[in-house]
Amino acid sequence: MTTDDDAILVLENVGVARNGQPILAGIDATFQRGLVHAVVGPNGAGKSTLAAVIMGLEGYREATTGVIRYEGAVIGQLDVTERARRGIALAWQEPARFEGLRIGRLLEASGASSDDEVDAALHDAGLEPDRYRQRAADTTLSGGERKKLELASIMVMRPRFVMLDEPDSGIDVASLDHIFAALATLQERETTVVLITHSPTVLRHAERAMLMCCGAIVDRGDAERIGREFASGCIPCPHHPRQVARHDTRRAS
Amino acid sequence: MSESAIATIYEAADLDPGPVHDPDAAHLVVDGNRVLGRNLVAGLTAEVDEQADGVRLVIRLAEATVLERPVHLCFGMSGDSGQQQIDLDVELAPRAGAIFTAHCAFPFARDVEHRMQADIRVGDHATYRYRERHVHGRTGGVLVVPRTRLRLGEGARVTTDFELLRGRVGEVDIDYRSTCGPDSVLEMDARVDGRADDRIAIREVAGLEGERARGVLTSRVAVRDRARAEIHNELTASAAGTSGHVDCKEIVTGEATASAVPIVLVQHPRAHVTHEAAVGSVDHKQLQTLMARGLDEDEAVALIIEGLLS
Repeated sequence: MTTDDDAILVLENVGVARNGQPILAGIDATFQRGLVHAVVGPNGAGKSTLAAVIMGLEGYREATTGVIRYEGAVIGQLDVTERARRGIALAWQEPARFEGLRIGRLLEASGASSDDEVDAALHDAGLEPDRYRQRAADTTLSGGERKKLELASIMVMRPRFVMLDEPDSGIDVASLDHIFAALATLQERETTVVLITHSPTVLRHAERAMLMCCGAIVDRGDAERIGREFASGCIPCPHHPRQVARHDTRRAS
Repeated sequence: MSESAIATIYEAADLDPGPVHDPDAAHLVVDGNRVLGRNLVAGLTAEVDEQADGVRLVIRLAEATVLERPVHLCFGMSGDSGQQQIDLDVELAPRAGAIFTAHCAFPFARDVEHRMQADIRVGDHATYRYRERHVHGRTGGVLVVPRTRLRLGEGARVTTDFELLRGRVGEVDIDYRSTCGPDSVLEMDARVDGRADDRIAIREVAGLEGERARGVLTSRVAVRDRARAEIHNELTASAAGTSGHVDCKEIVTGEATASAVPIVLVQHPRAHVTHEAAVGSVDHKQLQTLMARGLDEDEAVALIIEGLLS
Protein backbone atom coordinates (compact mmCIF):
# COMPACT_ATOMS: atom_id res chain seq x y z
CA MET A 1 0.00 0.00 0.00
CA THR A 2 1.25 3.46 -0.86
CA THR A 3 1.42 5.82 2.09
CA ASP A 4 3.19 8.85 0.75
CA ASP A 5 2.28 12.04 2.61
CA ASP A 6 2.68 14.04 -0.59
CA ALA A 7 0.10 11.96 -2.39
CA ILE A 8 -3.17 13.67 -3.27
CA LEU A 9 -4.75 10.62 -4.86
CA VAL A 10 -3.90 6.95 -4.43
CA LEU A 11 -5.32 3.94 -6.27
CA GLU A 12 -5.03 0.56 -4.58
CA ASN A 13 -5.70 -2.56 -6.62
CA VAL A 14 -8.40 -0.76 -8.60
CA GLY A 15 -10.28 -2.70 -11.23
CA VAL A 16 -13.35 -2.39 -13.43
CA ALA A 17 -15.17 -5.20 -15.18
CA ARG A 18 -17.99 -5.15 -17.69
CA ASN A 19 -20.02 -8.25 -18.46
CA GLY A 20 -17.43 -10.31 -16.63
CA GLN A 21 -14.57 -8.92 -18.74
CA PRO A 22 -11.92 -6.85 -16.94
CA ILE A 23 -11.34 -3.39 -18.43
CA LEU A 24 -8.96 -2.29 -15.71
CA ALA A 25 -7.22 -4.67 -13.33
CA GLY A 26 -4.80 -4.37 -10.45
CA ILE A 27 -4.20 -0.65 -10.79
CA ASP A 28 -1.88 0.72 -8.09
CA ALA A 29 -0.90 4.32 -8.57
CA THR A 30 0.04 7.39 -6.59
CA PHE A 31 -0.43 10.95 -7.85
CA GLN A 32 1.86 13.39 -6.10
CA ARG A 33 0.40 16.70 -5.07
CA GLY A 34 1.13 19.64 -7.37
CA LEU A 35 2.92 17.64 -10.06
CA VAL A 36 2.00 17.13 -13.71
CA HIS A 37 1.49 13.46 -14.38
CA ALA A 38 0.87 11.77 -17.68
CA VAL A 39 -0.95 8.57 -18.57
CA VAL A 40 0.10 7.22 -21.95
CA GLY A 41 -0.70 4.07 -23.83
CA PRO A 42 -2.17 2.71 -27.04
CA ASN A 43 -5.84 2.99 -27.97
CA GLY A 44 -7.97 0.81 -25.74
CA ALA A 45 -5.37 0.67 -22.97
CA GLY A 46 -7.90 1.93 -20.41
CA LYS A 47 -6.65 5.50 -19.98
CA SER A 48 -10.04 7.21 -20.32
CA THR A 49 -11.65 4.48 -18.22
CA LEU A 50 -9.16 5.23 -15.48
CA ALA A 51 -10.20 8.90 -15.58
CA ALA A 52 -13.90 7.94 -15.47
CA VAL A 53 -13.24 5.70 -12.45
CA ILE A 54 -11.41 8.45 -10.57
CA MET A 55 -14.16 10.97 -11.42
CA GLY A 56 -16.81 8.47 -10.29
CA LEU A 57 -18.91 8.74 -13.43
CA GLU A 58 -22.15 6.81 -13.45
CA GLY A 59 -21.65 3.34 -14.85
CA TYR A 60 -18.04 3.24 -13.68
CA ARG A 61 -18.33 4.01 -9.99
CA GLU A 62 -20.64 1.05 -9.38
CA ALA A 63 -18.36 -1.29 -11.32
CA THR A 64 -15.16 -0.29 -9.57
CA THR A 65 -13.34 -2.58 -7.15
CA GLY A 66 -10.34 -1.67 -4.99
CA VAL A 67 -9.73 1.53 -3.07
CA ILE A 68 -9.47 5.15 -4.19
CA ARG A 69 -8.09 7.57 -1.62
CA TYR A 70 -8.27 11.31 -2.16
CA GLU A 71 -6.68 13.63 0.36
CA GLY A 72 -6.40 10.63 2.65
CA ALA A 73 -10.10 9.73 2.54
CA VAL A 74 -11.66 6.77 0.77
CA ILE A 75 -13.98 8.22 -1.88
CA GLY A 76 -15.33 5.12 -3.59
CA GLN A 77 -18.80 5.72 -2.18
CA LEU A 78 -18.96 9.35 -3.33
CA ASP A 79 -20.84 10.17 -6.51
CA VAL A 80 -19.51 12.38 -9.28
CA THR A 81 -21.01 15.57 -7.83
CA GLU A 82 -19.46 15.01 -4.42
CA ARG A 83 -16.07 14.26 -5.94
CA ALA A 84 -16.26 17.42 -8.06
CA ARG A 85 -17.15 19.47 -4.99
CA ARG A 86 -14.07 18.08 -3.25
CA GLY A 87 -11.90 19.38 -6.07
CA ILE A 88 -11.62 16.57 -8.62
CA ALA A 89 -12.26 17.56 -12.24
CA LEU A 90 -12.24 15.95 -15.64
CA ALA A 91 -11.93 17.62 -19.04
CA TRP A 92 -13.50 15.19 -21.49
CA GLN A 93 -11.83 14.03 -24.67
CA GLU A 94 -15.13 14.63 -26.50
CA PRO A 95 -16.94 17.40 -24.60
CA ALA A 96 -20.73 17.37 -24.47
CA ARG A 97 -22.85 19.78 -26.50
CA PHE A 98 -25.66 21.67 -24.82
CA GLU A 99 -28.47 22.92 -27.02
CA GLY A 100 -29.33 26.53 -26.29
CA LEU A 101 -27.17 26.82 -23.18
CA ARG A 102 -25.13 30.00 -23.33
CA ILE A 103 -21.41 29.63 -22.79
CA GLY A 104 -21.42 32.33 -20.11
CA ARG A 105 -24.16 30.46 -18.25
CA LEU A 106 -22.26 27.19 -18.50
CA LEU A 107 -19.16 28.79 -17.01
CA GLU A 108 -21.24 30.34 -14.21
CA ALA A 109 -22.63 26.91 -13.43
CA SER A 110 -19.10 25.51 -13.44
CA GLY A 111 -18.03 27.95 -10.74
CA ALA A 112 -17.33 31.37 -12.28
CA SER A 113 -18.42 33.93 -9.71
CA SER A 114 -18.46 37.01 -11.95
CA ASP A 115 -18.66 38.14 -15.57
CA ASP A 116 -15.01 39.13 -15.33
CA GLU A 117 -14.08 35.60 -14.34
CA VAL A 118 -16.08 34.22 -17.28
CA ASP A 119 -14.31 36.56 -19.66
CA ALA A 120 -10.88 35.82 -18.23
CA ALA A 121 -11.42 32.07 -18.53
CA LEU A 122 -12.59 32.40 -22.13
CA HIS A 123 -9.67 34.65 -22.99
CA ASP A 124 -7.15 32.31 -21.38
CA ALA A 125 -8.60 29.36 -23.29
CA GLY A 126 -8.24 31.21 -26.59
CA LEU A 127 -11.91 32.17 -27.05
CA GLU A 128 -12.67 35.87 -27.50
CA PRO A 129 -15.17 36.71 -24.74
CA ASP A 130 -17.23 39.11 -26.87
CA ARG A 131 -17.68 36.48 -29.55
CA TYR A 132 -18.39 33.52 -27.33
CA ARG A 133 -20.02 34.65 -24.08
CA GLN A 134 -23.55 34.68 -25.51
CA ARG A 135 -23.13 31.80 -27.94
CA ALA A 136 -24.67 28.44 -27.22
CA ALA A 137 -22.40 25.56 -26.25
CA ASP A 138 -23.99 23.45 -28.97
CA THR A 139 -23.27 21.89 -32.33
CA THR A 140 -22.41 25.25 -33.86
CA LEU A 141 -19.07 25.07 -32.04
CA SER A 142 -16.26 23.22 -33.75
CA GLY A 143 -14.48 20.39 -32.01
CA GLY A 144 -11.56 22.68 -31.21
CA GLU A 145 -13.81 25.38 -29.81
CA ARG A 146 -15.52 22.84 -27.58
CA LYS A 147 -12.15 21.65 -26.29
CA LYS A 148 -11.19 25.23 -25.45
CA LEU A 149 -14.53 25.77 -23.72
CA GLU A 150 -13.99 22.56 -21.75
CA LEU A 151 -10.66 23.93 -20.60
CA ALA A 152 -12.26 27.27 -19.63
CA SER A 153 -14.92 25.49 -17.57
CA ILE A 154 -12.22 23.50 -15.77
CA MET A 155 -10.26 26.67 -15.00
CA VAL A 156 -13.24 28.37 -13.33
CA MET A 157 -13.78 25.30 -11.14
CA ARG A 158 -10.34 25.85 -9.58
CA PRO A 159 -9.91 22.12 -8.94
CA ARG A 160 -7.17 20.59 -6.84
CA PHE A 161 -6.86 17.49 -9.02
CA VAL A 162 -7.67 17.67 -12.70
CA MET A 163 -7.53 15.11 -15.47
CA LEU A 164 -7.23 16.43 -19.03
CA ASP A 165 -8.19 13.69 -21.50
CA GLU A 166 -6.38 14.24 -24.82
CA PRO A 167 -6.26 18.02 -24.26
CA ASP A 168 -4.75 18.69 -27.69
CA SER A 169 -7.09 16.60 -29.84
CA GLY A 170 -8.91 18.77 -32.35
CA ILE A 171 -6.78 21.77 -31.42
CA ASP A 172 -4.84 23.57 -34.16
CA VAL A 173 -1.13 24.07 -33.67
CA ALA A 174 -1.51 27.82 -33.15
CA SER A 175 -3.94 27.23 -30.28
CA LEU A 176 -1.76 24.72 -28.46
CA ASP A 177 -0.13 27.61 -26.61
CA HIS A 178 -3.44 28.26 -24.85
CA ILE A 179 -3.48 24.68 -23.61
CA PHE A 180 0.04 24.99 -22.30
CA ALA A 181 -0.64 28.42 -20.78
CA ALA A 182 -3.61 26.92 -18.95
CA LEU A 183 -1.36 24.13 -17.78
CA ALA A 184 1.10 26.71 -16.44
CA THR A 185 -1.73 28.47 -14.60
CA LEU A 186 -2.83 25.19 -13.05
CA GLN A 187 0.76 24.60 -11.91
CA GLU A 188 0.91 28.09 -10.39
CA ARG A 189 -2.23 27.20 -8.46
CA GLU A 190 -0.48 23.99 -7.30
CA THR A 191 -3.15 21.90 -8.96
CA THR A 192 -2.27 18.29 -9.54
CA VAL A 193 -2.66 17.57 -13.25
CA VAL A 194 -3.05 14.27 -15.06
CA LEU A 195 -2.54 14.47 -18.82
CA ILE A 196 -4.04 11.57 -20.74
CA THR A 197 -2.30 11.72 -24.06
CA HIS A 198 -0.66 10.14 -27.07
CA SER A 199 1.15 13.32 -27.97
CA PRO A 200 4.91 13.69 -27.37
CA THR A 201 4.37 17.48 -27.40
CA VAL A 202 1.92 17.25 -24.51
CA LEU A 203 3.92 14.60 -22.71
CA ARG A 204 6.90 16.97 -22.56
CA HIS A 205 4.97 19.03 -19.99
CA ALA A 206 4.66 16.09 -17.60
CA GLU A 207 7.08 15.27 -14.81
CA ARG A 208 5.99 11.72 -14.17
CA ALA A 209 4.22 9.23 -16.35
CA MET A 210 2.65 5.83 -16.34
CA LEU A 211 2.32 3.58 -19.34
CA MET A 212 -0.92 1.64 -19.65
CA CYS A 213 -1.71 -1.32 -21.83
CA CYS A 214 -4.59 -3.79 -21.85
CA GLY A 215 -6.16 -2.32 -18.72
CA ALA A 216 -3.02 -2.37 -16.59
CA ILE A 217 -0.12 -0.10 -15.72
CA VAL A 218 2.91 -1.73 -17.29
CA ASP A 219 5.57 0.85 -16.47
CA ARG A 220 5.93 4.13 -14.61
CA GLY A 221 8.57 6.68 -13.78
CA ASP A 222 10.22 9.67 -15.35
CA ALA A 223 8.00 11.12 -18.07
CA GLU A 224 10.80 11.46 -20.60
CA ARG A 225 11.81 7.81 -20.29
CA ILE A 226 8.21 6.58 -20.44
CA GLY A 227 7.65 8.77 -23.50
CA ARG A 228 10.63 7.25 -25.28
CA GLU A 229 9.46 3.78 -24.38
CA PHE A 230 5.96 4.45 -25.71
CA ALA A 231 7.26 6.11 -28.88
CA SER A 232 9.52 3.12 -29.59
CA GLY A 233 6.51 0.81 -29.50
CA CYS A 234 8.37 -1.41 -27.08
CA ILE A 235 5.56 -1.82 -24.57
CA PRO A 236 6.34 -4.29 -21.78
CA CYS A 237 2.91 -5.88 -21.85
CA PRO A 238 2.47 -9.60 -22.43
CA HIS A 239 -0.98 -9.05 -23.89
CA HIS A 240 -0.12 -6.26 -26.33
CA PRO A 241 -0.54 -7.46 -29.94
CA ARG A 242 3.06 -6.63 -30.83
CA GLN A 243 4.40 -8.64 -27.89
CA VAL A 244 2.07 -11.52 -28.66
CA ALA A 245 3.28 -11.48 -32.26
CA ARG A 246 6.93 -11.60 -31.10
CA HIS A 247 6.13 -14.46 -28.74
CA ASP A 248 4.39 -16.38 -31.53
CA THR A 249 7.34 -15.76 -33.86
CA ARG A 250 9.78 -17.10 -31.28
CA ARG A 251 7.62 -20.19 -30.75
CA ALA A 252 7.39 -20.80 -34.46
CA SER A 253 11.16 -20.60 -34.87
CA MET B 1 -57.48 53.53 -19.35
CA SER B 2 -57.68 51.61 -16.10
CA GLU B 3 -54.21 52.24 -14.83
CA SER B 4 -54.71 50.23 -11.67
CA ALA B 5 -55.83 47.06 -13.48
CA ILE B 6 -52.91 47.30 -15.88
CA ALA B 7 -50.51 47.90 -13.02
CA THR B 8 -51.93 44.90 -11.16
CA ILE B 9 -51.41 42.53 -14.10
CA TYR B 10 -47.95 43.78 -14.99
CA GLU B 11 -46.68 43.81 -11.45
CA ALA B 12 -47.99 40.34 -10.63
CA ALA B 13 -46.60 38.94 -13.87
CA ASP B 14 -43.27 40.75 -13.42
CA LEU B 15 -43.64 42.36 -16.84
CA ASP B 16 -42.15 45.65 -17.96
CA PRO B 17 -45.02 48.15 -18.35
CA GLY B 18 -42.73 50.55 -20.19
CA PRO B 19 -44.23 49.99 -23.67
CA VAL B 20 -47.71 50.82 -22.34
CA HIS B 21 -46.53 54.26 -21.31
CA ASP B 22 -44.47 54.97 -24.42
CA PRO B 23 -46.40 57.34 -26.70
CA ASP B 24 -44.26 56.36 -29.67
CA ALA B 25 -45.03 52.66 -29.37
CA ALA B 26 -48.33 51.07 -30.36
CA HIS B 27 -50.05 49.04 -27.70
CA LEU B 28 -53.33 47.39 -26.86
CA VAL B 29 -54.19 46.09 -23.39
CA VAL B 30 -57.10 43.73 -22.79
CA ASP B 31 -58.23 42.55 -19.34
CA GLY B 32 -60.66 39.69 -19.70
CA ASN B 33 -62.94 40.87 -22.50
CA ARG B 34 -62.46 44.54 -21.76
CA VAL B 35 -60.03 46.82 -23.57
CA LEU B 36 -58.20 48.90 -20.98
CA GLY B 37 -56.03 50.95 -23.23
CA ARG B 38 -54.62 51.39 -26.68
CA ASN B 39 -52.22 53.56 -28.60
CA LEU B 40 -51.71 53.62 -32.34
CA VAL B 41 -48.93 54.97 -34.51
CA ALA B 42 -48.90 56.21 -38.08
CA GLY B 43 -49.78 53.53 -40.62
CA LEU B 44 -51.35 51.23 -38.02
CA THR B 45 -55.11 51.04 -37.49
CA ALA B 46 -57.04 48.98 -34.98
CA GLU B 47 -60.80 48.52 -34.75
CA VAL B 48 -61.98 47.19 -31.45
CA ASP B 49 -65.33 45.56 -30.85
CA GLU B 50 -65.95 44.69 -27.21
CA GLN B 51 -68.68 42.15 -26.52
CA ALA B 52 -69.59 40.37 -23.30
CA ASP B 53 -68.27 37.10 -24.64
CA GLY B 54 -65.15 38.36 -26.36
CA VAL B 55 -63.12 41.04 -28.05
CA ARG B 56 -62.74 41.34 -31.80
CA LEU B 57 -59.67 43.19 -33.02
CA VAL B 58 -59.09 44.18 -36.61
CA ILE B 59 -55.56 45.41 -37.13
CA ARG B 60 -54.17 46.78 -40.38
CA LEU B 61 -50.71 47.93 -41.29
CA ALA B 62 -50.51 50.11 -44.37
CA GLU B 63 -48.44 49.30 -47.43
CA ALA B 64 -44.71 49.81 -47.07
CA THR B 65 -45.08 50.89 -43.46
CA VAL B 66 -42.33 49.45 -41.33
CA LEU B 67 -42.79 50.01 -37.60
CA GLU B 68 -39.59 50.76 -35.75
CA ARG B 69 -40.89 49.67 -32.38
CA PRO B 70 -42.74 46.48 -31.55
CA VAL B 71 -46.51 46.60 -31.25
CA HIS B 72 -47.20 45.64 -27.67
CA LEU B 73 -50.26 43.49 -26.98
CA CYS B 74 -51.32 42.41 -23.53
CA PHE B 75 -54.08 39.84 -23.14
CA GLY B 76 -54.42 39.27 -19.45
CA MET B 77 -56.80 38.78 -16.61
CA SER B 78 -56.56 40.62 -13.33
CA GLY B 79 -59.07 38.27 -11.66
CA ASP B 80 -58.67 34.60 -10.84
CA SER B 81 -61.47 33.22 -13.02
CA GLY B 82 -63.30 33.90 -16.23
CA GLN B 83 -63.18 33.41 -19.97
CA GLN B 84 -61.28 35.50 -22.43
CA GLN B 85 -62.02 35.21 -26.14
CA ILE B 86 -59.85 37.17 -28.55
CA ASP B 87 -60.68 37.24 -32.25
CA LEU B 88 -57.72 38.73 -33.99
CA ASP B 89 -57.80 39.75 -37.62
CA VAL B 90 -54.45 41.10 -38.79
CA GLU B 91 -53.42 42.16 -42.25
CA LEU B 92 -50.06 43.51 -43.26
CA ALA B 93 -50.17 45.17 -46.65
CA PRO B 94 -47.37 44.52 -49.15
CA ARG B 95 -43.87 45.53 -48.03
CA ALA B 96 -45.06 46.40 -44.54
CA GLY B 97 -43.10 45.20 -41.53
CA ALA B 98 -43.78 44.88 -37.81
CA ILE B 99 -42.98 42.97 -34.68
CA PHE B 100 -45.93 42.12 -32.45
CA THR B 101 -45.10 41.19 -28.87
CA ALA B 102 -48.01 39.66 -27.00
CA HIS B 103 -47.95 39.10 -23.27
CA CYS B 104 -50.62 36.74 -22.07
CA ALA B 105 -50.60 37.25 -18.33
CA PHE B 106 -52.82 35.27 -15.97
CA PRO B 107 -50.90 35.58 -12.71
CA PHE B 108 -53.86 34.94 -10.39
CA ALA B 109 -55.59 32.27 -12.44
CA ARG B 110 -57.55 29.55 -10.70
CA ASP B 111 -60.16 28.91 -13.35
CA VAL B 112 -59.32 30.90 -16.45
CA GLU B 113 -59.90 30.15 -20.11
CA HIS B 114 -57.96 32.07 -22.74
CA ARG B 115 -59.05 31.40 -26.30
CA MET B 116 -57.67 33.11 -29.35
CA GLN B 117 -58.81 32.83 -32.91
CA ALA B 118 -56.31 34.63 -35.13
CA ASP B 119 -56.43 35.14 -38.87
CA ILE B 120 -53.24 36.73 -40.10
CA ARG B 121 -52.48 37.68 -43.67
CA VAL B 122 -49.01 38.86 -44.53
CA GLY B 123 -48.80 40.62 -47.86
CA ASP B 124 -46.24 40.27 -50.59
CA HIS B 125 -42.72 41.03 -49.35
CA ALA B 126 -44.04 42.02 -45.95
CA THR B 127 -42.35 40.96 -42.70
CA TYR B 128 -44.24 39.87 -39.61
CA ARG B 129 -42.81 38.68 -36.37
CA TYR B 130 -45.14 37.54 -33.61
CA ARG B 131 -43.82 36.73 -30.15
CA GLU B 132 -46.26 35.39 -27.59
CA ARG B 133 -45.03 35.16 -24.00
CA HIS B 134 -47.28 33.57 -21.39
CA VAL B 135 -46.98 34.25 -17.70
CA HIS B 136 -49.20 32.06 -15.56
CA GLY B 137 -49.68 31.70 -11.83
CA ARG B 138 -48.53 28.89 -9.61
CA THR B 139 -51.72 26.87 -9.53
CA GLY B 140 -52.06 25.97 -13.19
CA GLY B 141 -55.71 26.91 -13.37
CA VAL B 142 -55.50 28.08 -16.97
CA LEU B 143 -56.76 26.64 -20.23
CA VAL B 144 -54.99 28.20 -23.22
CA VAL B 145 -56.42 27.53 -26.66
CA PRO B 146 -54.79 29.58 -29.43
CA ARG B 147 -55.93 28.91 -33.02
CA THR B 148 -54.00 30.76 -35.66
CA ARG B 149 -54.30 30.77 -39.44
CA LEU B 150 -51.42 32.40 -41.28
CA ARG B 151 -51.24 33.20 -44.96
CA LEU B 152 -47.95 34.37 -46.43
CA GLY B 153 -47.84 36.27 -49.70
CA GLU B 154 -45.05 36.16 -52.23
CA GLY B 155 -41.69 36.89 -50.61
CA ALA B 156 -43.24 37.38 -47.17
CA ARG B 157 -41.24 36.52 -44.08
CA VAL B 158 -42.98 35.36 -40.90
CA THR B 159 -41.67 34.25 -37.54
CA THR B 160 -43.92 33.07 -34.73
CA ASP B 161 -42.54 32.35 -31.30
CA PHE B 162 -44.78 30.91 -28.57
CA GLU B 163 -43.27 30.69 -25.09
CA LEU B 164 -44.87 29.34 -21.92
CA LEU B 165 -42.06 29.03 -19.42
CA ARG B 166 -43.16 31.10 -16.45
CA GLY B 167 -45.66 29.74 -13.98
CA ARG B 168 -47.66 26.54 -14.32
CA VAL B 169 -48.90 25.69 -17.80
CA GLY B 170 -52.25 24.26 -16.75
CA GLU B 171 -53.55 23.07 -20.09
CA VAL B 172 -52.42 24.43 -23.42
CA ASP B 173 -53.71 23.36 -26.81
CA ILE B 174 -51.93 25.17 -29.63
CA ASP B 175 -53.00 24.89 -33.25
CA TYR B 176 -51.12 26.98 -35.81
CA ARG B 177 -51.72 26.44 -39.54
CA SER B 178 -49.95 28.29 -42.31
CA THR B 179 -49.86 28.46 -46.07
CA CYS B 180 -46.82 29.90 -47.77
CA GLY B 181 -46.69 31.69 -51.11
CA PRO B 182 -43.79 31.80 -53.55
CA ASP B 183 -40.37 32.71 -52.10
CA SER B 184 -41.83 33.18 -48.65
CA VAL B 185 -40.09 32.14 -45.45
CA LEU B 186 -41.87 30.80 -42.38
CA GLU B 187 -40.43 29.93 -38.98
CA MET B 188 -42.72 28.67 -36.23
CA ASP B 189 -41.26 27.99 -32.82
CA ALA B 190 -42.98 26.81 -29.63
CA ARG B 191 -41.36 26.31 -26.23
CA VAL B 192 -43.28 25.04 -23.22
CA ASP B 193 -42.15 23.91 -19.77
CA GLY B 194 -44.66 21.58 -18.11
CA ARG B 195 -44.79 20.16 -14.62
CA ALA B 196 -47.20 18.67 -12.06
CA ASP B 197 -50.40 17.69 -13.96
CA ASP B 198 -49.95 20.08 -16.89
CA ARG B 199 -51.25 19.06 -20.31
CA ILE B 200 -49.56 20.29 -23.47
CA ALA B 201 -50.72 19.78 -27.04
CA ILE B 202 -48.94 21.51 -29.90
CA ARG B 203 -50.00 21.22 -33.51
CA GLU B 204 -48.04 23.19 -36.08
CA VAL B 205 -49.01 22.64 -39.69
CA ALA B 206 -47.57 24.45 -42.68
CA GLY B 207 -48.02 24.11 -46.41
CA LEU B 208 -45.24 25.29 -48.70
CA GLU B 209 -47.47 25.96 -51.68
CA GLY B 210 -45.54 28.59 -53.60
CA GLU B 211 -42.38 27.87 -55.50
CA ARG B 212 -39.18 28.19 -53.47
CA ALA B 213 -41.08 28.71 -50.22
CA ARG B 214 -39.17 27.66 -47.12
CA GLY B 215 -40.36 26.69 -43.68
CA VAL B 216 -39.05 25.48 -40.32
CA LEU B 217 -41.28 24.15 -37.55
CA THR B 218 -39.60 23.81 -34.18
CA SER B 219 -40.93 22.60 -30.85
CA ARG B 220 -39.07 22.37 -27.57
CA VAL B 221 -40.91 20.93 -24.61
CA ALA B 222 -39.88 19.77 -21.17
CA VAL B 223 -42.26 17.74 -19.04
CA ARG B 224 -41.69 16.78 -15.44
CA ASP B 225 -43.64 15.16 -12.61
CA ARG B 226 -46.87 13.81 -14.16
CA ALA B 227 -47.16 16.30 -17.01
CA ARG B 228 -48.09 15.13 -20.51
CA ALA B 229 -47.16 16.51 -23.91
CA GLU B 230 -48.19 15.70 -27.46
CA ILE B 231 -46.43 17.39 -30.35
CA HIS B 232 -47.64 17.14 -33.91
CA ASN B 233 -45.63 19.09 -36.48
CA GLU B 234 -46.56 18.68 -40.12
CA LEU B 235 -44.91 20.26 -43.14
CA THR B 236 -46.14 19.75 -46.70
CA ALA B 237 -44.02 20.81 -49.69
CA SER B 238 -46.04 20.89 -52.89
CA ALA B 239 -44.17 23.24 -55.21
CA ALA B 240 -40.85 23.27 -57.04
CA GLY B 241 -37.84 24.45 -55.05
CA THR B 242 -39.57 24.33 -51.70
CA SER B 243 -37.59 23.21 -48.69
CA GLY B 244 -38.21 22.83 -45.01
CA HIS B 245 -37.37 21.20 -41.74
CA VAL B 246 -39.37 19.88 -38.80
CA ASP B 247 -37.64 19.64 -35.46
CA CYS B 248 -39.29 18.37 -32.25
CA LYS B 249 -37.40 17.82 -29.01
CA GLU B 250 -38.88 16.84 -25.70
CA ILE B 251 -37.19 16.10 -22.41
CA VAL B 252 -39.09 13.85 -20.05
CA THR B 253 -38.37 13.42 -16.35
CA GLY B 254 -40.23 11.89 -13.43
CA GLU B 255 -43.51 10.20 -14.37
CA ALA B 256 -44.18 12.56 -17.25
CA THR B 257 -45.00 11.28 -20.73
CA ALA B 258 -44.47 12.80 -24.14
CA SER B 259 -44.99 12.01 -27.78
CA ALA B 260 -43.70 13.69 -30.91
CA VAL B 261 -45.07 13.17 -34.40
CA PRO B 262 -43.13 14.96 -37.12
CA ILE B 263 -44.84 14.56 -40.49
CA VAL B 264 -43.25 15.60 -43.75
CA LEU B 265 -45.19 15.33 -46.95
CA VAL B 266 -43.44 16.00 -50.26
CA GLN B 267 -45.66 16.38 -53.31
CA HIS B 268 -43.16 17.68 -55.83
CA PRO B 269 -39.99 16.04 -57.15
CA ARG B 270 -38.02 19.25 -56.63
CA ALA B 271 -39.04 19.75 -53.03
CA HIS B 272 -36.96 18.75 -50.03
CA VAL B 273 -38.08 18.44 -46.42
CA THR B 274 -36.19 16.95 -43.49
CA HIS B 275 -37.22 16.17 -39.95
CA GLU B 276 -35.83 15.16 -36.61
CA ALA B 277 -37.52 14.24 -33.37
CA ALA B 278 -36.06 13.32 -30.03
CA VAL B 279 -38.09 12.36 -26.99
CA GLY B 280 -36.43 11.05 -23.91
CA SER B 281 -34.70 11.61 -20.67
CA VAL B 282 -31.89 14.05 -20.22
CA ASP B 283 -28.80 13.23 -22.26
CA HIS B 284 -26.51 11.11 -20.10
CA LYS B 285 -23.28 12.76 -21.18
CA GLN B 286 -24.63 16.27 -20.64
CA LEU B 287 -25.81 15.23 -17.19
CA GLN B 288 -22.51 13.62 -16.22
CA THR B 289 -20.55 16.60 -17.52
CA LEU B 290 -22.50 19.07 -15.40
CA MET B 291 -22.36 16.81 -12.36
CA ALA B 292 -18.59 16.64 -12.86
CA ARG B 293 -18.67 20.44 -12.54
CA GLY B 294 -20.21 20.10 -9.08
CA LEU B 295 -23.95 20.38 -9.87
CA ASP B 296 -26.25 17.86 -8.28
CA GLU B 297 -28.58 15.91 -10.53
CA ASP B 298 -31.57 18.22 -10.11
CA GLU B 299 -29.47 21.32 -10.79
CA ALA B 300 -27.93 19.70 -13.85
CA VAL B 301 -31.32 18.66 -15.27
CA ALA B 302 -32.69 22.17 -14.68
CA LEU B 303 -29.75 23.72 -16.52
CA ILE B 304 -30.09 21.37 -19.48
CA ILE B 305 -33.80 22.16 -19.73
CA GLU B 306 -33.06 25.87 -19.38
CA GLY B 307 -30.80 25.59 -22.42
CA LEU B 308 -33.27 23.55 -24.44
CA LEU B 309 -36.07 26.04 -23.83
CA SER B 310 -33.98 29.20 -24.18
